[in-house]
This record gives sequence, structure tokens and C-alpha cells, in this order.
Amino acid sequence: MNGEIAPTKAITLEELRNTPGFPSEKRLSLGRVAVIECPEEIPCNPCEFACPKEAIKIGQPITNLPQLIEERCDGCGICIPSCPGLAIFVVDLTYSKTQALVEFPHEFLPLPKDGQEVDATDRHGKVLTKGEVVKVRNPKGYNSTPVISLAVPRRYANEVRGILGGVRIG
Amino acid sequence: MRIKSHPILGDIPKRKLVKIEVDGRTIEAFEGEPIAAALLAAGIKVFRRTVKRREPRGLFCTIGQCTDCMMTVNGMPNVRTCITPVEEGMEISTQIGRGERS
Amino acid sequence: MDAEVAVVGAGPAGLSASIEAARLGAKIVLIDENGKPGGQLFKQIHKFFGSMEHLAGLRGYDIGNKLWQRAMELKINVMLNTTVFGIFGDKTLGLLTTMGSEILRAQRIILATGGSENTIAFPGWTLPGVMGAGAAQTLINVHRVLPGKRILMVGSGNVGLIVSYQLLQAGAEVVALVEAAPKIGGYRVHAAKIQRAGVPIMVSHTVKRAHGRDYVEAATIVRVDDDLKMIPGTEKTFDVDTICLAVGLTPLSELAWMSGCKFIFVPTLGGHVPIHNEDLETTVEGIYVAGDIAGIEEASIAMEEGRLAGIAAAESLGYAREEATKLKKEIKERVQQLRRGPFGEDRYLAKQRIMKVAPR
Ligand SMILES: Cc1cc2nc3c(=O)[nH]c(=O)nc-3n(C[C@H](O)[C@H](O)[C@H](O)COP(=O)(O)OP(=O)(O)OC[C@H]3O[C@@H](n4cnc5c(N)ncnc54)[C@H](O)[C@@H]3O)c2cc1C
Ligand code: SF4
Ligand code: SF4
Ligand code: FES
Repeated sequence: MNGEIAPTKAITLEELRNTPGFPSEKRLSLGRVAVIECPEEIPCNPCEFACPKEAIKIGQPITNLPQLIEERCDGCGICIPSCPGLAIFVVDLTYSKTQALVEFPHEFLPLPKDGQEVDATDRHGKVLTKGEVVKVRNPKGYNSTPVISLAVPRRYANEVRGILGGVRIG
Repeated sequence: MRIKSHPILGDIPKRKLVKIEVDGRTIEAFEGEPIAAALLAAGIKVFRRTVKRREPRGLFCTIGQCTDCMMTVNGMPNVRTCITPVEEGMEISTQIGRGERS
Repeated sequence: MDAEVAVVGAGPAGLSASIEAARLGAKIVLIDENGKPGGQLFKQIHKFFGSMEHLAGLRGYDIGNKLWQRAMELKINVMLNTTVFGIFGDKTLGLLTTMGSEILRAQRIILATGGSENTIAFPGWTLPGVMGAGAAQTLINVHRVLPGKRILMVGSGNVGLIVSYQLLQAGAEVVALVEAAPKIGGYRVHAAKIQRAGVPIMVSHTVKRAHGRDYVEAATIVRVDDDLKMIPGTEKTFDVDTICLAVGLTPLSELAWMSGCKFIFVPTLGGHVPIHNEDLETTVEGIYVAGDIAGIEEASIAMEEGRLAGIAAAESLGYAREEATKLKKEIKERVQQLRRGPFGEDRYLAKQRIMKVAPR
């Protein structure tokens, strides 16, 4: 849809940085780490139980915001498919000299193939850049929430949150 | 339109295909699915027309509550197609008004 | 037929109520008009938010299956494809089965009938192609048929957000989601999913009319002011073949009316709610409510309320007296936790209001 009236903005990076689920600049610079984009006090806690390193804390009451204990997190990504809000990502700023790795859930068909070049999109589904699919993981334990690892130019690491796709008739 | 593949639910389950007749036209349907689902899959959206103004009505609630989806099935008017399963050879017609013969 | 406890509705509330009451020894008959148990759950293919104690993280239908299995292990007497069409006299239920009608006499009744979808009227709203969001969800997830290719969703509560997402997964295009209020109603994590997929969410907008001769071919949306009045000149029309209405649920409470339960009007909980006390007992002794009929909330709460009503009903029949007090206390604490935060607080206060006027 075009026109003067803008749709509601998705949550911004600034807002997210102020939540306890967002890793510090320093931790991000050290490599793979979870980025939890869950900004409201909702009654939800599967992420806390999913993390084998006890790096996510919600505790009681269950409406507490998820807190990332960043020094415990090794960026394994197990929490990504556990989150019913599909709100957890893994970012690796150290992936290569120029590229970062962004990992995100992708519950749409068709799934891209390893090595495929795809359009990487932001929190509004807008294409930002090209990305290379490094890996698509979809083991049984993920319960049909595939996780895509995408290499993108490093400056987009905090903006890329998906790929084009999902509109597919039949 | 059928959803043949689905990221969560997988491929569409195999069910027995049968033929039913809708306003004289033969369409394929899965045995046991609601008549309304088979019609939508075949692109048919108008299920009945109202008594006075002949306004079109189609599927609205899918749970048997609103009666918008009533059609004449095997000669019987006022059948709620959203909760009535398909059987081989059913004859279905768009219901006009209360289903009086026209 | 006789039962110690008749449970109406086999959604998360009714299943949980039956399981608890049966576990404590009561003889249950559990009735649902659907052919499949699980209520709302069996058409929900997303992973549920909620607490791990309530099986959150599993997809809705898996939660339903788990509860169903447990009910089967306890050999609960279940009647599916059976509608309770009335409650008469002293706890006598009229049942309509596929074979005909039947009478069930019960000592206690737990009503767990859930909610029904609201609709809104606008020019063209009766055209084929306008449907409830729940209807679209049943079509795509249960019957595997798309209602259309280009969809306008009306309403940004969790239902509108989640059904939009599921329509995308089914292969449709959600052209826009409009919300009359000035902000998104549901959780931002659910909104974010469809925003990432490129769906524009238009707050302070509503649907003005549906266009088309025999079915929906286009829709006009319009901006509204803070009093929800349409602002002329802000209309926009675009091609869609389906308009889905996700404008809230109302407690499905006919049976409670028929039984003579007293009601209270609580907009936060979806409208008229049968007055009930902490144990979910209504103003009619021995009749309990649980889940969405007791106020539209969430599956986690529906399960806890179901358990509570099940335990209370069994207790009142003389089962597990010592255990009951402790169990009920634990559940009440958990429920209180669930009703916190910006979304839960209003519901907590609303429930408090109800309990204040309830009989002890
Ligand atoms: C799209 C959508 C997404 C949701 N997502 C979530 C989520 O992620 N997490 C969460 O916690 N909650 C979620 N919910 C809410 C949750 O599904 C409901 O709160 C919950 O199902 C309510 O449970 P219930 O047992 O009260 O009612 P229901 O699940 O509605 O069950 C009621 C049952 O009663 C039966 N019934 C009604 N009347 C009669 C009668 N007269 N005779 C016989 N049977 C009858 C019905 O057939 C039905 O099976 C979602 C709801 C929707 C619609
Ligand atoms: S990425 Fe691994 S270690 Fe880090 S929070 Fe998630 S599950 Fe825990
Ligand atoms: S599981 Fe996801 S949505 Fe739920 S609290 Fe954790 S991050 Fe938030
Ligand atoms: S669509 Fe409402 S009764 Fe069939």
C-alpha cells in the first residue's frame, strides 16, 4: 500500500537496546550471542527453560522481561525455535572481515538452500541488502521452526531480521 | 484453493477424492471434508441468496452458527454446508430464499 | 444418564477440569459439540506463549492432544459431537447427540463453553468473502483451503495478529491489518512477526466498506479519530478478495443464562460474564464456570481455572478434602502471576470486581 499514512512502526533498535534481553556492544563484538527482542511484560517463559547455559532469566513473576546473562551465552541458538514470539535472534559480528552472521526463525515455504543468495529484510520486511544463506537448520527438536543463518554485510547486523518469502499461493 | 504444502502442517493429507455436483457442474472433493471447504477449493463463493433482495451469502463462521452457508443438498434446503461432510455423488445447489423450488 | 460432574466443553478449561476432578475420584461426563476435542486449541498451529507449566512452547494442537491423552488415561467418559442445548430445573442437561436427544442428570456442572467471535457491520459486510478470523483459521489449518489470496485483516488483538501470520504461512497475502484503536492491541512479539513479513499494520484505521457485486473484490479503509469517528477524505481503496474480522470474543454463556446465573458486565473480559467466586462457582450453587466463558483470557488461565473448578466441584462432593485446600491455593497463586504486566493487570482488577459481588 502506498500513500501518506504510514503504517505503525515496528520496534526500534533504540527501544530494544534498553531492554534486558539485548546484549551490550562489548558482548556483541566478541562473537555469537543471543539477541532477545521481547519488549513487553507478557506472561511467557519457554526461552528461560530452553537455554542449556541458564543464560536467560525471567523468574517470578512470569511477566518479567527476559534478561540475557550475556557472559553465559555462547550463541548456540537453541533458544531461537523455543520462543513462541519468534523474538530471539543470534548475531555474530566476528563472522568474517566484512560480514556478520544473523540467525533467525523462518516458518515459511519454500525454505532457501544452503549457499543461496537471498534478499535480506529488516523489521518491516523491507529489503536491505543481499545475504548468503550459510545454513538452514531444521532438526526434529525445533518442531517445525527452521532457523536460517545468513551472512550479511556487517553494518546490517542489527537490522536484518529475515528474508523475503512467505507469499506463496497454493 | 487447496494448501498443498505447509511449513508447519506438511503436505496435505491424502484423502479419498469423490465427485459432487454443484448447480449442474461436477467438481472434485475430498470425502468427509465440509461441503463448504470443497466449494471454496473450487472457487465457488456464493452459497445462497436471501429471501427478498436476492443478496449473495457465503461462508462466514464455519462452525454452524450463522446459517449464511445454507444450500440445498440432495433436494433438502437449509443444509449448513460448513458442518456437513461431503459424500460421493452429492447434488448441491445454490439456495434461493428459503429453498422453495423455483 | 447420570453424572457426578457434567463438564460442558472440551477446550483447555473443560479438559483440565475433567482431569482434576476425575483424578480426585469424581465421576465425570465431558461433552463437546465438536467432533474433535481441544476447543480453540485444535486449530492453533503456532507455538503457544505462556508458562512452561502450561505446556507453552508447544503448538496449540499438541497441547490439546496432551490434555486429551491424559483424559483418556483417566478413562473419562467423553461425548463428542454432542451439543448441550439446555439446562433445566435442578442440573438436568438436554443433550443433542448424532442419535437424537438425551437427558443427563448431574450433581455439579462445570460450564467451559469458551467464547464466540464478535462481528462488526459495515456496508458490504454480508458479501461472501467477509468472514470471522476464526473461520479463516479453521479453513486454512483444519481443512487446508485458502479463503482467498489477498486479505484485509480487521483487528490487532492477538487473534488478528496470529491469524494474519497463519494466513501468510498458508500462502496468502495479507494486504494490511487495520486497527481502530490508536495502538496495537496484542503482543508486540506477535505484531513483529507479521511486520517482518511486510504486512502494514494501520492503527487508527477501520474498514469503511466492502466492494463487489457477488463477493468481495475490494475494500475501503478510513482513518478514525480518537472517538473512533471516520475522518472524511482519508479513505483508501485496494483490491482484496477476503476481509477477516478479528474484533474480539464474547463469553458463550447461554447455558449460564438458562441456569439462572447472575451476570456482570465487564468489557475487559469480553462483555457479560457469569458472576463467580474464587472457586469459579456461580451464583447458582453447584454450577461452575471456567476458561473464556468466565472472561476472555488465555489458554494458560483457562487451564488453571478448569483445574480449580474441577477440584472445587470434586471437593464439594466430598472427595479429597485435605488435598483440595492446598491444591487450590497453589493454583490461585499461579493465576495471580499470570495476570500481571500491562496486559494482565486490567484483567486481574476486573476479576477482583467480579469476586467482590460473588457469593462466598
Ligand atoms: C487465534 C487464537 C490464538 C490464540 N493463541 C493463544 C496463545 O498463543 N496462548 C494462549 O495462552 N492462548 C491463546 N489463545 C486463547 C486460547 O485459545 C483460549 O483462551 C482458550 O482456548 C480458552 O479455553 P476454553 O476451554 O475456555 O474454551 P474453548 O477452547 O473455546 O473451548 C470451548 C469448547 O466448548 C464447546 N462448546 C461450546 N458450547 C457448547 C455446547 N452448548 N455444547 C457442547 N459443547 C460446547 C466448544 O465446541 C469448544 O470445544 C488463542 C486464541 C485464538 C482464537
Ligand atoms: S544462544 Fe544458546 S546460550 Fe545463548 S541464550 Fe540462547 S540457548 Fe542460551
Ligand atoms: S519465549 Fe520469546 S516471547 Fe516468550 S518471554 Fe521468552 S523471548 Fe519473550
Ligand atoms: S458458515 Fe456459519 S453456519 Fe456455516
